[in-house]
Amino acid sequence: MMDKLIFGRYIPGDSLIHRLDPRTKLLGAIWFIIIIFLANNWISYVAMVAFVLAAVKLTQINPKFFINGVKPLIWLILFTVVLQILFTSGQTIWFRFGPVVISEEGLLNGVFIFLRFVLIIFMSTILTLTTMPLSLTDAIEFLLRPFAAIKLPVHEIALMLSIALRFVPTLMDETEKIMNAQRARGIDFGEGNIYEQMKAIVPLLIPLFVSSFNRAEELATAMEARGYKGGEGRTKYRQLAWSGRDTAVMVTFALLSVLLFVLRT
Amino acid sequence: MDIYFQDVGFTYQKGTPFESKAIYDIDLSIKDGSFTSIVGHTGSGKSTVLQHLNALKKPTEGTVTIGGRVITNASDNKGLKSLRKKVGIVFQFPEAQLFEETVGKDIAFGPKNFGSTEEEGLLKARELLPLVGLDETFMDRSPFDLSGGQMRRVAIAGVLALEPEVLVLDEPTAGLDPQGRKEIMTMFYDLYKNKGLTIILVTHQMDDVAAYSDHMIVLEKGTVMKEGHPKEIFKEADWLASMQLGVPSTVKFARELEKKFDWTFDSLPLTTDELAEQIINRLPSNGGGSL
Repeated sequence: MMDKLIFGRYIPGDSLIHRLDPRTKLLGAIWFIIIIFLANNWISYVAMVAFVLAAVKLTQINPKFFINGVKPLIWLILFTVVLQILFTSGQTIWFRFGPVVISEEGLLNGVFIFLRFVLIIFMSTILTLTTMPLSLTDAIEFLLRPFAAIKLPVHEIALMLSIALRFVPTLMDETEKIMNAQRARGIDFGEGNIYEQMKAIVPLLIPLFVSSFNRAEELATAMEARGYKGGEGRTKYRQLAWSGRDTAVMVTFALLSVLLFVLRT
Repeated sequence: MDIYFQDVGFTYQKGTPFESKAIYDIDLSIKDGSFTSIVGHTGSGKSTVLQHLNALKKPTEGTVTIGGRVITNASDNKGLKSLRKKVGIVFQFPEAQLFEETVGKDIAFGPKNFGSTEEEGLLKARELLPLVGLDETFMDRSPFDLSGGQMRRVAIAGVLALEPEVLVLDEPTAGLDPQGRKEIMTMFYDLYKNKGLTIILVTHQMDDVAAYSDHMIVLEKGTVMKEGHPKEIFKEADWLASMQLGVPSTVKFARELEKKFDWTFDSLPLTTDELAEQIINRLPSNGGGSL
């Protein structure tokens, strides 16, 4: 079940995108999500699609994985698209059947929404497939640093994030193990009616919580024993390094934004 | 209940970029009433093989036959429950599977899933507690108040409560003290001797393999390297070392004696008793050769 999940996983590689600074990739992905809302006609969407396809090509990762990333969300996307098509009022009516009205504007809107969804998913998939989760937390910590001025506990947030990310696979393994142990004791997960299915979750959830508590306690003790006192006065082992490529990517994004402003109507 | 593997292979996350082959070309047979040990270096596929023994995993290649029931990649999941009642698995660190409010209820959980009533389950729990070295006062205690060793015993009792015909043990004594280790292993051995259970033990403890099992399977890099009686397999100490495995301490000691005094043992001593007996027979006062 969890094996099939592609979204949010890192695929090691050595492409141009892999070697970019995580801050560049994170900022780029966020910026892309903002500027995609600027696109509002065919030509601007063509530019965005071309940009994303070029980025996918640069990752040197099989495009199949990006398509797999869209799959879990396809019903949500189609639902939104259908709503858009049915409920956009427009002048050029193409089809009318009782209360169902399909206009040219509605169809166009539907296609744009679809493209917008897919492009955003592709872009975030590029980010997660090419960036190690730990580098990503480093980038988040760096980008949040200005907010320390308004008393945001940046170090603690970054610490919790990196611990959480570190333990995702461990907890997944643990879940799998406990599931197997309970299956061997006669529990059928995912069978029966809703009530039975929910009851079957209890023998999985309680051990998971208990082991998380134990793990947290052990980890806290181990951290204290190694002299951890908090964020104040710490140095960093993993240093982020900004290079020429990162500047180049940022310039590309700036150019893309300008281009969008020019193309939009 | 006999268990057969024919050309069994298993690939994790098949068809994704994270695909990895855990086991391949596995042929083995585990006879009814045997005590089989599966040994192998970490990552040799022992745990994957183990999960095929009661169809928690279906082979991606080949067939597994458990007590006449054939499991292939294509076979469906209906009625696996009856199979799981017959093959009980004690997983590594089984104390992680406890969840009920009381020890008694937790032990009764398995039987209840297989159709017993709560009372029958609790009765069974009461019977099983002394067997795993705990007394009846534990019945109403919370499993989370117990020590690690006691939790392990409760978890084992929870699997024994299913009254399986085949008992699979994945490093049941890992992390226990020497006393607890001996008690637990002796208990399993008694079940094998007195109740005729088939036992499959996955372990790194060669001393346990030598002392208890009558059949041994060596796994390496996902496939079976050797299968046979421990006496045969432990003869080849160098080969085992090349598999990053050792020999039991008795065998090691016997080898040292052979080197030092130029002896040869007629049969490889696997237990301390056997070793002592063979040494005594060689002493001059017993008509043996010179030391």
